[in-house]
Formats: sequence, structure tokens, C-alpha cells
Amino acid sequence: MNAFKALDFYALDDQFSEEERMVRDTVRSWVSERFMPLIMEHYEAGTFPMELVPELGDLGVFGSNLPEKYGCAGLSNVAYGLICQELERGDSGLRSFVSVQGSLVMWPIHEYGSEEQKLEWLPKLASGEAIGCFGLTEPDFGSNPGGMTTVAIPDGDEFVITGRKMWITNGGLSQIAVVWAKCEGVIRGFLVPTSCPGFSAPEQKHKFSLRSSVTSELVLDEVRVPKSAMLPGAKGLRGPLNCLTQARYGISWGAIGAAMAAFDEGLEYSKERIVFDKPLAAFQLPQQKLANMATDITLAQLLSLRLGRLKDQGTMTSQQVSMAKRNNVMKALEATRVVRDMLGANGISLEYQVGRHLCNLESVVTYEGTHDIHTLALGHELTGFPAYR
Amino acid sequence: MKIVACIKRVPTTDAQAKINADGKSLDSAGFQYMTSFYDEIAVEQAIQTKEASGGDVTVLTIGPSEASKEVRECIAKGADAGIIMTDADWTGRDNLATAKVLAAKLSEMGAEIAFFGKVATDRDNSAVGPMTATKLGWACVTDVVELSIADGKGTAKRESENGVETLSFSLPAIITCDKGLNEPRYAGLKGIMAAKKKPLEEVSFEDVPNQAQVDSLELPAARKEGRIVGEGAAAVPALIDALRNEAKVL
Ligand SMILES: Cc1cc2nc3c(=O)[nH]c(=O)nc-3n(C[C@H](O)[C@H](O)[C@H](O)COP(=O)(O)OP(=O)(O)OC[C@H]3O[C@@H](n4cnc5c(N)ncnc54)[C@H](O)[C@@H]3O)c2cc1C
Repeated sequence: MNAFKALDFYALDDQFSEEERMVRDTVRSWVSERFMPLIMEHYEAGTFPMELVPELGDLGVFGSNLPEKYGCAGLSNVAYGLICQELERGDSGLRSFVSVQGSLVMWPIHEYGSEEQKLEWLPKLASGEAIGCFGLTEPDFGSNPGGMTTVAIPDGDEFVITGRKMWITNGGLSQIAVVWAKCEGVIRGFLVPTSCPGFSAPEQKHKFSLRSSVTSELVLDEVRVPKSAMLPGAKGLRGPLNCLTQARYGISWGAIGAAMAAFDEGLEYSKERIVFDKPLAAFQLPQQKLANMATDITLAQLLSLRLGRLKDQGTMTSQQVSMAKRNNVMKALEATRVVRDMLGANGISLEYQVGRHLCNLESVVTYEGTHDIHTLALGHELTGFPAYR
Repeated sequence: MKIVACIKRVPTTDAQAKINADGKSLDSAGFQYMTSFYDEIAVEQAIQTKEASGGDVTVLTIGPSEASKEVRECIAKGADAGIIMTDADWTGRDNLATAKVLAAKLSEMGAEIAFFGKVATDRDNSAVGPMTATKLGWACVTDVVELSIADGKGTAKRESENGVETLSFSLPAIITCDKGLNEPRYAGLKGIMAAKKKPLEEVSFEDVPNQAQVDSLELPAARKEGRIVGEGAAAVPALIDALRNEAKVL
């Protein structure tokens, strides 16, 4: 495989601080050297390379934008975005692992948790000693999580949680699950150790997408947790939705990484592949495809960079995140479809990356708010009319 | 122990070389830079030496201010300080001039051991380490693949085509590092944040003239396209014929 060349058509490199560039380059080398040699086998086997988790912890990518006090790196949000970009350049499954751990498990504990919960869990999650998952989606409630049927019933100094969650990333790998359930009609978050009696996480097999990421069902059958397991700061649907805003922010950057990988592979391939006595890249149709993709990637880079700066200054809105997630993931998905085609038969082989990225992005376009749900979020913001129901 | 790692900022390995109109230098437009491959091994060895024997590690480079990224990366891995000897002519300085500048600085710093890469991946000279040692009158072991340092003395192994040599020496010394000596670590993200708070100094120095000048520069001739002579055992005679009569290597 050729060394990865990152498209930077608008010289955005100088828009990043030295520290942000160092973070990006470190993660980029790690992905090239440590992750890329393993991904094809894991993708085929449908497994995540767990042996790399301690290295990810040592690098400091878990919850990297949370404070040093809890064992995290305290990076800017732009640096965190660049980490997501580089990880997803490797594979969406790798970025998903880190997104869930950082944005959907560590972030809610940091944002909504008690000091004891933070001190107990954040350092272990930052080092990778503990893995976490985020259980919101249910078999009958995906885009409309407010309808959830999982309940937490107070019983003395305990809660008894019962319900089923579906499509939970890292479910079967976790020691701790952030489970969202209705408690007296209000959505609340709970830190549920996966070793609790009544908790199980059967794996969801036979995925053709995001195969290097473990996806599980969570079954909670009268699981008893102490009162102290509730996240005190989260009340109502805002709680989980704010977590998703964090994760979607990272996904908007991650998708750029997948698109950059596909573009790089398509460009190199088309320069080397001779058809009708000329390189493929010397024909007009492939050139148009490359020009379109380079433009889409550059626009996505600009969008996420600005979004990151807004997040760092504390003014980012969830609707701005919707625009970036919606645009960048769809453009990445389109780019992988185009490159898959440019590679001809080779495009369906896992020896090349693009087919894997293409299949992965079919999940990314669905999770964390489907493309259409983000369309409706933008429509709502622009017109004032909510059209979800 | 005062430990120094000398590094060079070089264009990344995928950089496309183009020659300037003067015919003597490379057009650096579009270049990305990195720490030279073997210098990363030098930095790792410096940090491991500190971890084993105590002391502090300073990363030293002659280069532009922009080399702060490479130097900070080394600090993020575990070095304690960095010095950039700022030099407008950093790509054109010859080996001896470079060695003179570094020797003066190493002696001013009170260095006891200095690690270099065995060769810089841009100019491929393998000269600056040994020349610096000569200037200082220090022991020098090149192309080292195994090293131990204790009580002001060291033992080093170097591999050459003629076999493996084991040498012992006393400090102060200069070690040039080869692949295999260690596995350079990644700069952790916490290290990157901590590196901001460690000292990185830019210093100027009195110019030392080059004694050798580049007169002209040419890119290597493009490699001829490969050819597949056939498949499996049946192709062996054709392959031998090609190796003997075309490539003339048999
Ligand atoms: C690989 C993978 C990993 C996942 N990981 C997690 C996880 O870790 N934690 C977690 O909680 N969830 C996770 N999910 C679940 C994911 O968030 C949901 O699948 C997603 O929210 C969509 O829900 P759904 O599948 O029920 O689809 P539905 O909500 O049934 O949507 C089906 C279709 O209907 C459309 N639609 C829905 N509502 C409307 C409307 N009002 N107007 C117009 N169109 C509409 C959607 O856009 C979509 O096209 C994961 C999913 C996948 C595939």
C-alpha cells in the first residue's frame, strides 16, 4: 500500500496550531504503522483489534478534549476533530470505538456525573483500562428516542432497570454502560456495570458494515443498581441529545478522513492504471470525478475547521453540527462510491481500502442521527416549523 | 548526565524533488518536513539513557524557526528542552561547517554524551556525527545497534557487512544510531500538551563558511519500467537470460 497523502488543497495546514498539527501527525503515523497492517484481517473476521486499546490509551485519544485532572489530555476541540479524522482515515470502526468512549461515555460522566463518578470512571476510561458503551437506541425507537420503553424503577436505595437496547457499539466489550431509561416518566442516565446480574450483551452478527466494530444488543432484565448510579445532571431528552452533539461533531471530522483515504487511493490508482494505452487519470471522466471529490473534501475541511473553532469559543450550536455531519458524511459516502467504481474489480477487494470505507459509511450515514433527520433539524432551524412528526 | 540528541529537519520521504533554476538547490515549495528517520532513533536513545541513568535531554538542531514543530515533538516524547540554532542557510550548510557549529555548542552546554542519526535522510552524508566528535576530540561509535552506558563508560555494538563489532569507550562520546537500536515511541497527546511548558530556545550563532560548495544538482535518472518475463518455473530461463544479457548482473 502506498503511503497516505493527505489532500490539503487550500493550505489549511497553517490554520492549525503547532500543537494541533503535532497531534494530527502523531495519530496519523500511529494509524499507518500500527493499525493499517491489522485492519483487513479484523474487518473480515468481524473483530476489533483489542490488543491496540492500551496503545490508544497511552497515546491519550480517549476523551482527549476533557481536562487533565481526570487523566485526559485537555486538547482543543479542533485537535480532537483532527484525531477523529486520522482515526477514520484508518477505519470508521476505529473512530467509532474512540467516539463512543470519549463523546458518549466519558463526556456525559464529565458533564452530568457527580465528582465521585468522575473520579471513579474517567481515569480508567482515559487509559483504556475500562471500556464503555452508550445505550440509547431501542428496537422500536431509533430516530425517535424519546419514545423509549426502558424503565428505571426506584426501589429503596436502588433502581431496577428493565428494557432492551439495540445496535450498541462496544456493548459486548464494555465494563460500563451509560444506559438511558425513563424514571417516573423522565429520561435519566445510569452508569450500569456490565457485570450486574440481569445484564447481558449478545453480539449483533452478520453486519456488512462497520465490521471491525463490535455491535451488541443490551438486555437489562431487572438489573439493580444503587441510587448513586444515576447521573445527577441529566434530566430529559436533552441529556442524551447533548452527548450525541459531541459525538456528531467528531463524526463530521471523521468522515473527512474516510473521504481523504478514498480520494488518495483513487488518485494514485488512476495515475498508475493504464487503460487504452494511457493512465486512467489522463481521461476527462476520471478527472471530473477527482475534481468533484477534491472540492467536496476541501469544503468539508473548511466546514469542520470553522465548526471546531466555534466549539472552542463555546458558541457552536447543534444545528451547525447537524449541517457538518449531514454534509460531510454524505460527501464521503459519495466519494467512496465513485472511487470504488474507478478501481474496477479491484474496488471490491479488501486489499484496497475503498470498499471497506464505503460499507462503513453506510452505518455512519445512519447512526448519530440519520441523514434525513439532520435534514429535518436544519429545516426546523431555518423555517421554525418542526416536521419530524 | 547532560544528554543531547542532535536532529535534522528534513523533507518527508514522499516529497517530490524539483531543482531550482540555479541548478544547485531543491525547490522546497510544497515540502512537508519531519525529523530525519535515524534522528528519531537518536532521540529515543537519549530518552532511554536518561530513564536508565538519570540526567536531562536537550534536543539540538540547526534549522529554521519552523523546526520548532519537530523539536517540540521530541520534547513531547520525553526530552526536557530544545534549542534551535536558527540558520537561514540551513539546507545549504556543508558537513564541516555544521560539525563546527554543533561542536562549539555541545562543549558550551557541557554535554557528556550526544546522539546523532547515522545519516540524515536528505543529503545522505553520514558525516556530521563523526566530524563533530573529531572536532571535540571525543570518542565516536557509528551505526550503533546496541548500547549500554554506566559510570562514565559505554559499550556499543555496530553491525557492518564484515560482521558485528563490540566496542567500549569512555564519555564524553558521540553515538550515531542505526535502525534496530530501539523502537522510537510515539509522542502521547498528554506529552504534546506538557511540551508547551518546557523550554525551547532559539539562538543565533556566528556564521561558519562552507568549505565545499554544491556546483550542480541533478535528479537520479528515472528508473526503467519493469517487465514481467513470464510466470512460474517456465519463466526461469527467460529470467536468467534477462539477468545475464540485459541487466548484466550474472
Ligand atoms: C453500526 C451501528 C452502530 C450504532 N451504535 C449505536 C450506539 O452505540 N448507541 C446507540 O444508542 N445507538 C447506536 N446505533 C443506532 C443508531 O443511532 C440508529 O440506528 C439510528 O438512530 C436510526 O434509528 P433506526 O435504525 O431505528 O431507524 P429509523 O428511526 O427507523 O429510521 C428509518 C428511516 O426512516 C427515516 N425517518 C425516521 N424518522 C423520520 C421522520 N420523522 N421523517 C422522515 N424520515 C424519518 C430515517 O431517516 C431512516 O431513513 C448504531 C447503529 C449502527 C448501524
